[in-house]
Amino acid sequence: MAETPMSEDTAAPTAYRIIHRPRYGTLIAACIAGFLALSLIVSIGGNANFQWEAVGHYLFHPAILRGLAITLALTAVVLLIATLLGTAVALMRLSSSRILATIALVYVWIFRGVPALIQLIFWFNLGLVIREISVVLPGFGTLFTLNTNDVLSPYTAAVIALSLCEAAYMAEIVRAGILSVPVGQEDAARSLGMSRRQAFWRIVAPQALSFVIPPTGNAAISLLKLTSLVTYVAVDDLFYAAQSIYARTFETIPLLVVVAFWYLAVVTVMSIGQGFLEAHFGQFDRRSRRSWSLPLRQAGAGLRNLWRAQ
Amino acid sequence: MSHGSTHAMISVRDVTKSHGPVRVLDGVSLDVEAGTVTCIIGRSGSGKSTLLRCINHLDVPDAGHVLVDGRFLGYDLREDKLHEVSEAVLARRRADLGLVFQSFNLFSHLTVMENLIVAPRVVRGLGREEAMSAARVLLERVGMGDKADYRPGDISGGEQQRVAIARALAMKPKALLFDEPTSALDPLLVGEVLKVMRDLAAGGITMIVVTHEMEFARDVADQLVFLEDGRVVEKGPPADLLDNPKSHGLQRMLSRAS
Repeated sequence: MAETPMSEDTAAPTAYRIIHRPRYGTLIAACIAGFLALSLIVSIGGNANFQWEAVGHYLFHPAILRGLAITLALTAVVLLIATLLGTAVALMRLSSSRILATIALVYVWIFRGVPALIQLIFWFNLGLVIREISVVLPGFGTLFTLNTNDVLSPYTAAVIALSLCEAAYMAEIVRAGILSVPVGQEDAARSLGMSRRQAFWRIVAPQALSFVIPPTGNAAISLLKLTSLVTYVAVDDLFYAAQSIYARTFETIPLLVVVAFWYLAVVTVMSIGQGFLEAHFGQFDRRSRRSWSLPLRQAGAGLRNLWRAQ
Repeated sequence: MSHGSTHAMISVRDVTKSHGPVRVLDGVSLDVEAGTVTCIIGRSGSGKSTLLRCINHLDVPDAGHVLVDGRFLGYDLREDKLHEVSEAVLARRRADLGLVFQSFNLFSHLTVMENLIVAPRVVRGLGREEAMSAARVLLERVGMGDKADYRPGDISGGEQQRVAIARALAMKPKALLFDEPTSALDPLLVGEVLKVMRDLAAGGITMIVVTHEMEFARDVADQLVFLEDGRVVEKGPPADLLDNPKSHGLQRMLSRAS
């Protein structure tokens, strides 16, 4: 008589070792990609035309570091103004007033629709269309008049242009964040006696923040790179500093490598910072619990993304 | 408390409400005596939820009005005219009515304890300690004393709904409104929420409960209201309606439910 499967089961060890099937395809692809990447690194590293010595020479050159400082300052100032202005535009867009909502809609339409470079050059050249800026109080006459070109230094023009443009993107980010909070949250808050304003600031806004932070991190990284456009209106940022050196010395490629290095370095730091912010303001549910290791894991993910993007 | 004296805690008078072209409520009138339980039944789309939202003016009625403890909720009566009150005044009066939602709607960024104390602190201006000691009593009452530091995402649906009831009670409302409080729950979790509601009813809190739980309605309700197409079709003691439905609509609904 054949043995029953039952007795076979009891005789066998309780824990079987699982042997995974080898993934030959993945292995071969990884070898090929690794080989190609290595050859690229070797050929670039060994290419004398890249002038690696010049890269080393200019990496911490005072003019480059000064340009970097201006790029960072410009990014910070523009991001701050754009966040405040963008939040205001988002609130207008969500307002029950049709007029406010339409103004916000048109604002986003224009400032998101026109290329940033064109907006930048427009503000830089505003003096051509509007020669004087006067503040007039009805009944008192003109209080004071300023020459447009005196007020609109290249730096001011750059801050205004980039802030207005970036605010249009921030408005959409903030609006999406507010709309991501379920309506029931506001209903519950108001049913407990909170006014619309209290319900918004106490209940909706803190939850919207966790939806707003990740895309804001992305926007900040885009903005950092976008600021390189100010070179065209003679603001002496990082790219401008590099350009003015290689215009003299013709060491174009090494200086572009220097600029790329600094942008990558700052973006890396920003990605890690974004990881910490997300961990702090993240969604308070099962999906991503607050924990000490989260920022590190997110930084790791950020670095991996960065690696993949190259 | 004073079960003998009968005064209407909530009076709904000819409330009409349309969403776009659809007339959701069509002249609903209703009286709920203090300390009694009114259950509202009706098929989905009959206007039950909208009625509750109109009672506490989360949805403002197009016509008609609501009196809570003898006072107009959204208006001041001056020279025979109802003047709309400001948002701030309406918000404060709305706190007299607690609302418990089908989908709980606990504040997901706050702990259970913070859910209970946020409104008493923001609206009533209570201190943190004062609000917390009151909240602890309420959490014990709904059997959630040991989960004060949990987040809504980390407790079951039945537990979330019990916390939501405690949160509504934390504002010391004059009446509680329940909008299908057990409809979003697993069958196994319905009992624990209904038990809390039975205890509250026994404690003499005025309640309006929109529900599909016919047994609960029969046992607990003093008044049963059948709503169809935004109109009150039948209303009376629950046993009368459930055992001798007069209208065609209620007959059909009960035969389908049993």
